[in-house]
Parts: sequence; C-alpha cells; structure tokens
Amino acid sequence: MAINSGKPILVTEVCLRDGSHVVAHQFTVDQVRNVTRALDDAGMHYIEVSHGDGLGGSTLQYGKSLVDEMTLIEAAVDECENAKVAVLLIPGIGTINELKQASDLGARLVRIATHATEANVSAQHINKARELGMESLGFLMMAHSVPVEKLVEQAKLMESYGAEAVYVTDSAGSLLPHEVRERIKALRNSLDIEVGFHAHNNLSVAVANTLVAIEEGATRIDGSVRCLGAGAGNTQTEVLIAALDRMNINLGIDLYKMMDLAEDIVGPLIPGSQEIRKGSLVLGYAGVYSSFLLHAERAGARFGVDPRDILIELGKMKAVGGQEDMILDVAAEIAKRDKVRV
Amino acid sequence: MAKIKAAIIGSGNIGTDLMYKLENSDVIELIAMIGIESDSDGLQRAKQKGYKVFSNGIQAIVENPSMVDIVFDATSAKAHVHNAEILKELGILAIDLTPAAIGHFFCPAVSSLPTSLDIMNVNMITCGGQATIPIVHAINQVADVTYGEIIATISSLSAGPGTRANIDEFTITTRRGIEEVGGADKGKALIILNPADPPILMRDTVYCEVKNMDEAAIRKSIKEMVIKVNEYVGGYRLRQEPMFEGNCVTVLIEVEGAGDYFPPYAGNLDIMTAAAMRVGEDFARRMLTKNMIETTI
Repeated sequence: MAINSGKPILVTEVCLRDGSHVVAHQFTVDQVRNVTRALDDAGMHYIEVSHGDGLGGSTLQYGKSLVDEMTLIEAAVDECENAKVAVLLIPGIGTINELKQASDLGARLVRIATHATEANVSAQHINKARELGMESLGFLMMAHSVPVEKLVEQAKLMESYGAEAVYVTDSAGSLLPHEVRERIKALRNSLDIEVGFHAHNNLSVAVANTLVAIEEGATRIDGSVRCLGAGAGNTQTEVLIAALDRMNINLGIDLYKMMDLAEDIVGPLIPGSQEIRKGSLVLGYAGVYSSFLLHAERAGARFGVDPRDILIELGKMKAVGGQEDMILDVAAEIAKRDKVRV
Repeated sequence: MAKIKAAIIGSGNIGTDLMYKLENSDVIELIAMIGIESDSDGLQRAKQKGYKVFSNGIQAIVENPSMVDIVFDATSAKAHVHNAEILKELGILAIDLTPAAIGHFFCPAVSSLPTSLDIMNVNMITCGGQATIPIVHAINQVADVTYGEIIATISSLSAGPGTRANIDEFTITTRRGIEEVGGADKGKALIILNPADPPILMRDTVYCEVKNMDEAAIRKSIKEMVIKVNEYVGGYRLRQEPMFEGNCVTVLIEVEGAGDYFPPYAGNLDIMTAAAMRVGEDFARRMLTKNMIETTI
C-alpha cells in the first residue's frame, strides 16, 4: 500500500483513558503503573491517561474516578522512559486549570476534543497548551455526523488556533472504510498540519478503517490494547501493529511485547468482554457516542426498558458526546410510554 | 407612579432581548440603549422604539451621568471590568449580565435583596447558574447538599462568540454560584453545546449529594421553587419527577424562552434577561421607597 505522507506514524495508546469508561473510571495507581511500564518497554509513542471524559470528567454525570486522574498521570509519567504521557480535554468539562496541572506533572501532549461542529470552543485551550510547551492537537468527535465539507471547515479552525494535528474521531464507531477515506483525504488536502484518526470498533472495521486512514496520509493513530475502550473499544493496538508489520511498516513498537502485555497485563483488567455485542453494535449502527453504552445499560435496568431502545432514540435526537443525562430522561420517557401502552 | 430610569449598554442579542422585556416593567423606565456600532440591529430597533441611542459605549454615561440610576451591562466580561469602575464612581447601580463575576452574585429566586443599597454591582452569574442554582438551593434547604453538580445543555445557535471564546469562564463562574448562592459545600458545572436542527430547548440537569435524604421534603421544596422561578421565567419546568438513588437526587429541567427577541429554544438567553430584569425591578422598588421616605422627610 502506498502511503500518502512523508511523516512518521505516531501511535497513542488510549486504553488508560478510553478504557476508563469500561472499568467505570476505577483504575488504580498500580494498574496504571503496570500498563504504562509495559507499553513504554514495548516502544509505545504516547500513552494517554485521563478520566474517560477527559480532564475534569470525574463527575456524577460520567462516573467518579476511584483515584484522582492527576495522581494517575503523575504515576504514568514516572514509569515512562521514552514514551510521552498524553491527556484529553473536552472544553465545557475540563478547564485550563486542569490542563496546567497535568502539564506541571509532566504530560507532554493534549488532545482538545469538541463535537464535530463546535471547534470554536477550543481556541483558548489549544492556545494555552502551546504556551505550556505541550503538543497541542485537535480532536473532532462524532465525525460521522457531519458532511465532509463541514469537517474540513472545523478542522481549519483548529489549525488556525495553533493545533499541530486534527483527528477524525469516530466516537460512535459508525464510519465505514470509504467514509474514512473521503474524510482523511479531504483533511489532508486542506490542512498543512498532520491528520489523525481515532476509531471505535462497534462495526468491526476499526483496524480496516485505520489502515485506510494511514493509506490516505493520517500519521497520528489511536489504538487500545485488547479493545479496552468505550463500546467495543478502539482499533486493537497489537493487531494494528501486526498488520502494519505485514505491510513492512515498522513503527519501532515490539509486536511480541505488545502481545504479551495485552495477554498478561491488560487482559486481567477487562471486567467483561470487549467483543461486539448487541449494545455496542447498536452504537455503531445508530451513530451513538460510545461511552453512552454502559450508562444506557444501567438506565435500562433502573427503568425496565431495553437499552437498545434508549440508544436508538438518542441517535434520533442527535445527542452529542457528554449528554449522559439525556439517557435518564429518555429512559424515563420510554418507561412512561410503555406504561401507557399496557 | 414614578419609575427608576435605566439604560442598557451592549446592543447585542442579550441587550436587545432585555430591551423588549423592560418595555413591560412598571418600576423601570428604559431611557437609552448604548452600543458601539451605530448600525447594529439592536440600536436600530431601539431607535425605532423611540429610546435614546448612543454608539460611543460607556462614554455616553460619562457625558450624561444623571440620565439613569441603573445600567444593565450586556457587553463582555472584559468591557464590564472597565465599565464597572466608571459606574461605581458615578454612583450608578450596575446589573452585570456578562460573566465578569466581579459583583455580588444574584439569583432572584433565592437571593434576598441586600439590606442596604450600598451594593453597586450585581452579577447575574451565568445562564446555567440561573437555571440550576434555585434547585440546588431548594434541595439544600431541606437536605443539606454536600456536592452539587450541574450540566447545562444549550443549542449551538444560542451560544454566541463570547461564550465560545471563554467557555472556561462559564464552568468556573457557575461552579462558584452553585457553592456561594446555591449553598452546596462543593460544586461542579459542565456545559454542552448541541447542534441538532431544529434547535433543542435549553436543558439542565442537577445532581445533588445530600446529608439528610428525605424524598418527600425534597420533592416539595423543588416544586415550590419551580413556582417561584415561574414568576419571572414562565417556560421553566421539570422534565421528569425528581429521581432518587442512595444519597443522590437528580433533577431534569427544561427552559423554554418567552420568545421576546430570541426564538423560544434559547431559554438560556431568556432566563438571563428575565432574571436581570427581575433583579433590576427589585432594586428599583427599593430605590423608589427610599426616594419616597426622603421626600416625606
């Protein structure tokens, strides 16, 4: 495969951030230390550590963290010999105060995430990160939900604020390979900065989508070991490394070490199964933010309704990332409606 | 009956909506609309309505200091810091609708009017604060809130460039309001913009962790508070019955605007102008009583 970029491909492992959703934000210091140490030893480029909803996400809305994320960031920084610790920040949830704290503790890169149409809330944070000497990247979430032209327009805004890369973030795991191709291609043609890709595996095409993205010139790539991320997880990192190796693309990340840590260190952290089941499949099918899944399952149990009905309704209502409170509202509405019918 | 004279500075969306609301006040007489661009929609509309119109910003007040007793400031946080100094020197009450947060935080449903008229600067906190602080306060009165968290979700169309450029100001100022005015020991605020078309109504969610869980008392206190807010924001309502789980209360609110200048979905803007007008009227009544006493003496 021909690669449409001269820059090196840099991978960010997100299992300690996106995977935080899966463990209801209950990561311990030891778990973060063990995973980080093994990833660093395997040659991982960046390791993202934050609450699942980014800095400041420890809330009743999303779930409180067992351990303060700043403590986890500090522990991860301490374990890294070569890898850099990254953080996520969603304006409206986290603020510059948390960003500064993370930077003081040694976080070297931040992704500033907004909904795909709301890039202009990210200017002050992208700016501040640059000022703090961090790598400052933009993250356009729910990228499936807008036309390609809109995505380009919003990515250019982030570029104008000083972002050094912009990601196509498929938060719902809803994009198909041809849709990834047109989005990455359009961004590559319109931006002077790097383009990144973040997938969710809800339709079982995360690795395929990532290969397409790389082919089109994306150079900032996200993965989660064992698919430890929201919904059915992300691009499975160790699988991606193996596939790229088959294509003679060497990222300097040791495949055997990745396989071993996936089996022995990350595997035991997974509370259930990350295979695609009806809940995660509905996310990709209906285009719903992946971290809604566990909240919808809980609300379904609380109100006696099928979580799939909740998720489908949220998709119709065009709920955006962060609107977990809508899940309760929708579940309560469906329960009322069902009662009337009986 | 005599009325207290007021001006609005800032002829953008908020200022213009407030202009329409103040038309109906029985204690405030709007005299002037002050902007910085003479062809702005707000100033054009003010002119048509017959108000004095100025396009030289706060200078208009400096040149006509006895024109008004109250100035509603709907400019920006940065401009307000400057305006506040000048208004204070001139002895004019500033009701601040920007997130500058330098004055006395005020939410009409829960704040009592200061006993003296010495307070010269009143801050309206944020739209999310105005929508949620009453509920936090209502719960705190009967159950003692240890932690109050609010999520304000507004339509993308109703979030102006000022809000977008300084979104941290919203979360930080609202958190302060939850603690200082709502009474939560610790607060947290989130804001979410939703671009759905047609635009969604403003939605707010309040989560409170309480010391003394008493479902019946909390339910009653919340319902009474909604009636109180309805005195100045008719479209303020609960989306669902309050929910209880362990020591946590969840309240889902929806705010539909009056549609004065903004479309009804922009309940977030409506609740700010409605609350500011209410506060202005409370102070105006106080000023009128004081004037009456002084005249009698």
